[in-house]
Amino acid sequence: MAKRNYFDNELQVLSGSLIRMSHLANDAIASAIIAFETHDIPLAEQVIAGDDKINEMEREIEHHCMTLLLRQQPVARDLRNISTTLKMVTDIERIGDAAADIAEISRHITEHIPSIAVDIRRMAEEAKSMAEDAVQAFAVGDLEQAKLIIARDDIVDDAFDAIKLDIIKVLVADSSMADTAIDYLMVIKYLERLGDHAVNVCEWLEYYKTGVHNTGS
Amino acid sequence: MSIITTNNLELYYDNFKALKGITIDIKEKQITALIGPSGCGKSTFLKTLNRMNDVVAGVRVDGEVLYHGENIFAPSVDVTTLRKNVGMVFQKPNPFPMSIYDNVAYGPRLHGNVSRLELNDIVENALVGAGLWNEVKDRLKKSAMGLSGGQQQRLCIARALAVQPDVLLMDEPTSALDPASTIKIEELMATLKEKYTVVIVTHNMQQAARISDKCAFFLLGELVEYDDTEKIFAMPSDKRTEDYITGRFG
Repeated sequence: MAKRNYFDNELQVLSGSLIRMSHLANDAIASAIIAFETHDIPLAEQVIAGDDKINEMEREIEHHCMTLLLRQQPVARDLRNISTTLKMVTDIERIGDAAADIAEISRHITEHIPSIAVDIRRMAEEAKSMAEDAVQAFAVGDLEQAKLIIARDDIVDDAFDAIKLDIIKVLVADSSMADTAIDYLMVIKYLERLGDHAVNVCEWLEYYKTGVHNTGS
Repeated sequence: MSIITTNNLELYYDNFKALKGITIDIKEKQITALIGPSGCGKSTFLKTLNRMNDVVAGVRVDGEVLYHGENIFAPSVDVTTLRKNVGMVFQKPNPFPMSIYDNVAYGPRLHGNVSRLELNDIVENALVGAGLWNEVKDRLKKSAMGLSGGQQQRLCIARALAVQPDVLLMDEPTSALDPASTIKIEELMATLKEKYTVVIVTHNMQQAARISDKCAFFLLGELVEYDDTEKIFAMPSDKRTEDYITGRFG
């Protein structure tokens, strides 16, 4: 069997870049959650500044994909690999955006709602670990793990619904907490979206492995 | 609907088994691409479909090739008629050293009595069908040898069309052509399949992906995989197909 060194190396470089970008996005989420909980403004600003790097990596990876599509005209597994990367990179970039958005809220939030903060911490942990596990599943091509991660999205969605009701209760009981309550609502929305992006990554891994993309519809 | 069916087709060049139990249904009015590394049997298979291999010494065939349900190796089959119905276009354009008109008229003249007027119509229709009419209508009496390579290949297609076939076999018809002529032939093939069934051997994977409806992958005389082209190039079932089309061997 002939060796196909150049293209295989390029695909490895591409996959390495996507994994590095994913780690940056996941680190940003972890920091954003800490910044939100502890009102750590310098950490929040660090996350916001770091988003530029994630965006830059997205453009580099897209460019690399386009170059490989153009020059190698890939088919079969190679085509699925590159098209999967092109789709995944958007989700990873949005994970970075979610981190920056949470950090942005953390920068100006002043009040605390302890009863809800605990639940948000749990939801954040679940969404963050979904994103981390999705990247890990992608890195090793673990289809079974990807399916388990997709199923975990219900936990995050249920948490979103429950916390939203609690936030409404706070709003009704004490309108002076409205600002903070709405910030909390936005944070849980970002976390809920984070779970969705992790699901997307897993679904694209599924497509890469099987050639079938489950749109969830 | 199938127009050609082969059942357990085996072909030997003396003791060498070049085709091993090929069973395939070729669909009417579709383009079927035959792909595979050199020596895999795809050209041999193509040439078997209109018995072009008959002229090769030491060839022996087992199994059947059904054309419209009739075995083409049956004693009652007239090979000239078969080759009229199942025409062939070769890798290198091979116009006869005569005028453009006479090249196209050659087959119809051979196959029957046609009046001059009828012949004019046949030649024009064939040249229109091959997408060459506008380029040659003012120089039909000029030598075909003066045409460009791409034009010569379309002339050969017109020559095949002039005898009103229903299947066209093409053996790497664009491998000797530049990209612009290649695109013209590929565009032509897309229109040809409205009336004809096309079976093409190609080494160009992108070409197979661009133009064919069905794709058959041959390896070492075997038909490894035969499926919709989109399936073959997106998610082939057999690892050997995947390895070949992604350039991992061959």
